[in-house]
Amino acid sequence: MPHRFPLLSEESSDKTPSLTMEIIFRLKVKDAMMTNLRTANKKDTFRVIQKVMRNNDISGVPILEDNRLVGMVSVSDIINALDRGYVEESVEPYMTKQLIVLEDDMPLSFAVSYYNKYPYRRFPVINKNKEFVGVLTTKDVLSTILNEMNNEITLLESQIFHDKVELPNQIIKEYIIKQFDFENAGHASFRLKKLLKEKEVSRKIIRRASVAAYEMEINVAIHSNGGKISFILEENSITIITKDTGPGIKDVAQVIEEGYSTANDWIRSLGFGAGMGIPNTKRVSDEFKIESEMGKGTTVKSVIFLEDTDEGE
Amino acid sequence: MKVSEVSAKTGIEIVTESYNDIEVANGYTSDLLSDVMGFAEEESLLITIQAHKNTVAVASQLDLAGIIICNGRKIPDDMKQAAEQNGIAIMRTDENQFVTSYKIHSALRG
Repeated sequence: MPHRFPLLSEESSDKTPSLTMEIIFRLKVKDAMMTNLRTANKKDTFRVIQKVMRNNDISGVPILEDNRLVGMVSVSDIINALDRGYVEESVEPYMTKQLIVLEDDMPLSFAVSYYNKYPYRRFPVINKNKEFVGVLTTKDVLSTILNEMNNEITLLESQIFHDKVELPNQIIKEYIIKQFDFENAGHASFRLKKLLKEKEVSRKIIRRASVAAYEMEINVAIHSNGGKISFILEENSITIITKDTGPGIKDVAQVIEEGYSTANDWIRSLGFGAGMGIPNTKRVSDEFKIESEMGKGTTVKSVIFLEDTDEGE
Repeated sequence: MKVSEVSAKTGIEIVTESYNDIEVANGYTSDLLSDVMGFAEEESLLITIQAHKNTVAVASQLDLAGIIICNGRKIPDDMKQAAEQNGIAIMRTDENQFVTSYKIHSALRG
């Protein structure tokens, strides 16, 4: 079979990667189909439709009557018309009327199974009201799946913990923080602590860096739409930076004050959101800076010197 | 005094199957994790009712000796697992934070 999709064939379904399966179950026919298509009337002649095909570089034209699909004319129908001499006649008696259609709300997996079941490369698509809304071709299905896989992979790649380009004597680590992700909150700070231990930084400094990193990480998870935390370990200092994607802080001076918080009850019930995060961070930092723009996001920077300065304890 | 000794002396049971049995330096009583983060000393026992995984994260960041969950609050499995992974003892008691604090103080200083 020339147009067979191996995705949903019996023998391979259990071996299909789950991401692909998820995509074809999640996406609907309407997400992949072509719309705004050239259509024709059943009174049109084959000659007219042939021109439509040639001018638009298409190989099939749906025939409509009051938005309802009543038939299809394909290139092979045109060839037959030329061959048998009825190319100047209206398509109505000759067009393919027994059509296999898809509904726009069906999952793409359904369409894929149609390609396995029927020898066609394109299926007309109708909506709930039986009106013609588009055409789904194998090409549409493939490019939609590829596009969606690409999106998924880009998303996954953005979540990989990756090391940035480092200068000599510098270690940079970066971690993604997701909004309300309390399941993983503290994960990045935990890694920082491990790194500092490996580098044999003094316990006192590790503790201060841990407090700053944890508070900053939790703040991004609680208050922002998500962001990232970076650690820059240099010979004499550790710099912790969080950058989020919004919503931003209206009055930065206010959040530095102890006791100010916009956290909701749920966050408070977990023991956070008491307005101590930023003051705690500031207290353990040798240098502290917070910048915010409404609608853009907030950047917090904490620097802790590795040499014990007795500050912050 | 080690974590296991504090448990034996006070009768407050340890529920984690494995933990680092370190010397307990002090105690800290608070249900506000941000407050714990700001002020709890390392190697302290945290006396609290915050029975969830984030408490373990805080304790781990601060190198606390253990967490005592008061008022008979249920300890979720994921909290217990996280504590075991980080070597932090979780203890439980039906008593409140006030009584527990007194007991721990007496055990450490008495």
